[in-house]
Amino acid sequence: MVKYFSCVGFLKGTWDQVFAAFWQRYPNPYSNHVLTEDIVFREVTPDNRLLSRRLLTKTSRAPRWAEKFLPSHMARKAYIIEDSVVDPNNRTMVTLTWNISHARVMSVEERCVYRVNPDNSNWTEIKREAWISSSLYGLSRAVQEFGLARFKSSVTKTMKGFEYVLAKMQGETPTRTLAETATERARETALAAKEKAKGFASQAQKKQYV
Amino acid sequence: MNSVGEGCTELKREYDQCFNRWFAEKFLKGERSGDPCTELFKQYQTCVQKAIKEKDIPIDGVEFMGPNKEKPGS
Repeated sequence: MVKYFSCVGFLKGTWDQVFAAFWQRYPNPYSNHVLTEDIVFREVTPDNRLLSRRLLTKTSRAPRWAEKFLPSHMARKAYIIEDSVVDPNNRTMVTLTWNISHARVMSVEERCVYRVNPDNSNWTEIKREAWISSSLYGLSRAVQEFGLARFKSSVTKTMKGFEYVLAKMQGETPTRTLAETATERARETALAAKEKAKGFASQAQKKQYV
Repeated sequence: MNSVGEGCTELKREYDQCFNRWFAEKFLKGERSGDPCTELFKQYQTCVQKAIKEKDIPIDGVEFMGPNKEKPGS
């Protein structure tokens, strides 16, 4: 059994801006899980399409409930292949991305088709499809559900990162700097306060023992 | 962005820079004036392919757009 997911998203950039940004996506503030990025194959076809293969290393964390079922030596990172075809004549780009490590535990295959938004040619449409499967005996359904949830949240991060890079290339100040920096600061302050409180608590505890 | 081969990041950076320029200014505009980044790509590949072998990353023989073949429709 395979879980299927699809969605359509938009980027506020023309097709050529988006395609150029695609190669400059990493790093961005939402890509902390991407550790390395390499082009391992590239070729222009006689009909002027660009074929590329990108190899990515990403951190891969299993959910806590699954950890006891997985080999303890299992690497905490995963290798991902992303193949792509850029066709400037038709103004389309197709990407296919899948994991080549831990594929028996969980396999995620994603296909994206980028094209000019038919309603507004200054925007680019991304149709995204994903197939998530697991061969883990007795757990495949649970792993698939987990995989789907994680995939959805990673789509949000991917789009935010893409928007950030695109805005930067278009010479705008990325929107993150204002609202999100404020949220982050608030979070940090809260965290610091919590740590401080913990410190007080443990000091108080120590005193009790004295 | 770092390369998977620790020693390849600088070669990758130089190639990426060349590629990004060529991609935006020539390729997307339909200009077919040859690829000025070939030499940089070769040097970068020598480095990164070695790293891939050393780390046993299983990409040898993986077909281009491989899993796409099994997908129904669209």
